Amino acid sequence: MADYISHDHEHDGIDRRGFLQCMAWAGTGLLWTISGGVLASQTLARIASGKEPVAAATDLSFLQISDSHIGFSKAANKDVTATFKIALDRINDMPTPPAFLIHTGDLTQLSKTEEFDTFDEVLKSCRVKDVFYVPGEHDVLGDNGKQYLERYGKRVEAKGAGWYSFNKNGVHFIGLVNVVNLEAGGLGHLGDEQLEWLETDVKGLGTSTPIVIFAHIPLWAVYPEWGWGTSDSERALGYLKRFGSVTVLNGHIHQVLQKIEGNMSFHTALSTAFPQPAPGTAPSPGPMTVPAEKLRSMLGLTSVNYVQGKNAVAMVESTLN
Amino acid sequence: MPKLTTIKRIAWTLSALSLLCFVQVTLAQEKNEEKNQIEIKGFHFTPQTLTVKSGAKVTWINRDDDAHVVTSSDKKFEKSPPLDTDQKFTITAGAPGTYNYFCSVHPKMTGKIIVEKP
Repeated sequence: MADYISHDHEHDGIDRRGFLQCMAWAGTGLLWTISGGVLASQTLARIASGKEPVAAATDLSFLQISDSHIGFSKAANKDVTATFKIALDRINDMPTPPAFLIHTGDLTQLSKTEEFDTFDEVLKSCRVKDVFYVPGEHDVLGDNGKQYLERYGKRVEAKGAGWYSFNKNGVHFIGLVNVVNLEAGGLGHLGDEQLEWLETDVKGLGTSTPIVIFAHIPLWAVYPEWGWGTSDSERALGYLKRFGSVTVLNGHIHQVLQKIEGNMSFHTALSTAFPQPAPGTAPSPGPMTVPAEKLRSMLGLTSVNYVQGKNAVAMVESTLN
Repeated sequence: MPKLTTIKRIAWTLSALSLLCFVQVTLAQEKNEEKNQIEIKGFHFTPQTLTVKSGAKVTWINRDDDAHVVTSSDKKFEKSPPLDTDQKFTITAGAPGTYNYFCSVHPKMTGKIIVEKP
């Protein structure tokens, strides 16, 4: 695959088909930056060696980390704390650290105090101190999210079950919660109160404001048979349709799946704990055991880079092997 | 003296019979409890529909590596705590009727208990 623009349908210097090909390179540790409308790649290894000059920092660069499941200890991974630490070490080794992290949920396995404590303690080793969260269904067990909100919701003045928004470098970030008050037979659920808040939250924003929206369970119908979707996400996405650039970041499914629809790009992240089967390839979702030597190649992080003024985003997966 | 021997015999026989009855009843109860067990495996409740008498105990046991929370759809029984692998949760079946339930962590998982008159 060559590093040039072969399809520039919208005459904006962005090769979306080539971009999709780039995004399919999960696990190869490539860093793509957008500079002057041209995608350029360098391997992380070459950057680290100093043999290639690092591209000028993009205007905004952050990292998505997900599904650490601290407390889990079964065949799929007997030491999720260790693999979480490896992921943080990778962040620490990046030549240009991301400005902040977004954790898309399932910090813990069973919402236990000691699990949250371990998570917080291990996270201290990360050089990036600015971290934003949304809860996964494993973080709201037993107390409907009370402990999660105490620890992670107050700083961002989260509303309701923990939704909030913030701005960074002209990009508007929205954290949504779709893991509480789930109904029998259903999918993830946002609820009227949250949706009404979202509608108001984005009302005054100009259409050129880049939007990043993140929630634990996918906000698109990845595989409803396994509960991999959100029943009322269409209403949420409807409020965002008018914006020129919308990036949707989710976790929950422990694998990378992506799609682009108009100005919206959807991305689900690897876990740092254990993989899950691809949709429909197993009798059910859940922790998937792979040979020990293969595990770290199925865990990872996602770097997200924006260039101010260009309605484009580069996302790069890095695995832990 | 013969009378005493006879009394002794009767007493021993009655004791043996009582013990036998007790063992039978206990075994029967244990068998019932096994029958009233719902296994959580592969993100399914098995059996998905269980029929029991009012007042009987029903036990869920989690055989998955993931946690599940047994939740009554219409609050007919208390929600279970998060059940890790091999953990159990027991309820006593209440008034006759249909008790729909699901896993509140993985809501696609649903099951039903039909409670009949005793």
